[in-house]
Amino acid sequence: MNVVKRRIILRFPPQSGDKPLSYVLVKDYDIRINILKAEVMPGKRGSLLLEMEAKQSNLDKGIAYLEAHHVECQPLDKRISFNSEKCISCGNCTAVCFAGALTMNPGTWLLEFNKDECVACELCVKACPLKLFDIDFRDEN
Amino acid sequence: MILSKTYSEINEKIKRGEAVVLTAEEVAEMAKTCSPEEIVEKVDVVTTATFGAMCSSGAFINFGHADPPIRMEKIRLNGVPAYGGLAAVDTYIGATSANSNNPEYGGAHVIQDLIDGKNIILEAWGKGTDCYPRKHIKTVINKESVNEMILFNPRNAYQNYNVAVNTTSKIKYTYMGTLLPNMRNATYSTSGELSPLLNDPEFKTIGIGTRIFIGGTTGYVVWPGTQFHTSRPKDENGVPVTNAATIAVIGNLKEMSSEFLQAAYYEKYGVSLFVGIGIPIPVLNVEMAKRVSINNSQIQTSVLDYGSPGTPKLGQVTYEQLRSGEIEVNGQKIRTAPVASLAKARQIANLLKDKISKGEFFIQEPIQLFPSDTSLKKLAEIDIDDEGGTL
Repeated sequence: MNVVKRRIILRFPPQSGDKPLSYVLVKDYDIRINILKAEVMPGKRGSLLLEMEAKQSNLDKGIAYLEAHHVECQPLDKRISFNSEKCISCGNCTAVCFAGALTMNPGTWLLEFNKDECVACELCVKACPLKLFDIDFRDEN
Repeated sequence: MILSKTYSEINEKIKRGEAVVLTAEEVAEMAKTCSPEEIVEKVDVVTTATFGAMCSSGAFINFGHADPPIRMEKIRLNGVPAYGGLAAVDTYIGATSANSNNPEYGGAHVIQDLIDGKNIILEAWGKGTDCYPRKHIKTVINKESVNEMILFNPRNAYQNYNVAVNTTSKIKYTYMGTLLPNMRNATYSTSGELSPLLNDPEFKTIGIGTRIFIGGTTGYVVWPGTQFHTSRPKDENGVPVTNAATIAVIGNLKEMSSEFLQAAYYEKYGVSLFVGIGIPIPVLNVEMAKRVSINNSQIQTSVLDYGSPGTPKLGQVTYEQLRSGEIEVNGQKIRTAPVASLAKARQIANLLKDKISKGEFFIQEPIQLFPSDTSLKKLAEIDIDDEGGTL
């Protein structure tokens, strides 16, 4: 069975901070996890960008486990909005995208956005002079 | 073999639909296998273009008179301050002027909204005079309601521009984009071998009166741009290796399109305007053929530290290196990124090429050439006493 890799934003309610959820993901569901970004506001909420690598069935079970513990799970690419129609391919966002998600095509010099490489650093949100990016990491919207 | 051509000969060929027009990138490629002499014979016009943020841009607008009339001395367009020091209903809205309640919206956005046909709130105040009794007006204007809107940009299309890096440990927000600490990125702006003023570095064909593409329509070069600087260090080809000359340009804003004129906001810097400019260069002789043949490996520019006072120079690189995605400065490999759109510049160069090929755009010989011996002055800080006199 093929191993799949997904980047998921996890949103923790205030009461879930004391549970070793990521430990369970690794031990019980055999999911390789890589924490790409984390923001924990004790007593309020927490957001985590997790790259999870596992068999699809284990990944599904792991996410079901998280959701059973009131952790919201959303694929990262669903939380990124980019208004590509208005993009002028100036390249300003590629200057800050150290993750390599935003690159210039070396032939056409048009912007290419590979959301699978995004680490939600949000530098592009500020760097884009046309304000075409939005990344909803903390559920502020 | 034809080794020289006149403007009228080239324009005759354009009229007959026989002119051979190439973009500056195409002629740079051609020059790898053709001599300058062959290029003069084969090519009539080379199109160049750029699409970058150019802060020194803005527009004159005449609103028409209200009844009763007002001498507008303080003017706001969607809350953005416009100049109130012209005649009663004339103004100049500068691209970088910003709405104090919303600094991300500025003159560039007003300009873009106007060309997109949107309504703009005009509010103006005057002291009231015998001939202009009114003291206040608040109304709505748009592209159709105003008499004239004229884009007039005092400094555009820089001939070469520096590469920006940041050696400090803190992120720097600049007009050259967001510069990561410890030289983790380098940004550059010029369209290299496609850039207008790099293809005619001594201004043999670009001068006052040159007909150009600007913002989606036909416009003109009206003057050397401000900070026009011909005394910068040059390489062995006579091409400046840092920001040097500029042009002042004009065009009918009513005919322009936001496809080629785009408002921008730079974090912690302010508002600017992306301007699309295309300039045709006639291949008059062998010298011009050599000039337009220049390629990215032959054009150099300076790497400056935008994090340190006085922006010290750290190195010199070619556009070929910049386009490769990585440069080396002081032994450190740095990832590069453009901050101006080469894709848009290419679109403009090809559009202009099509227009000339179809006989819809003719080459205008400059009415007057630019000066060749200019330099830049610094602003001196002179102590002033309480009465305004110098000490």
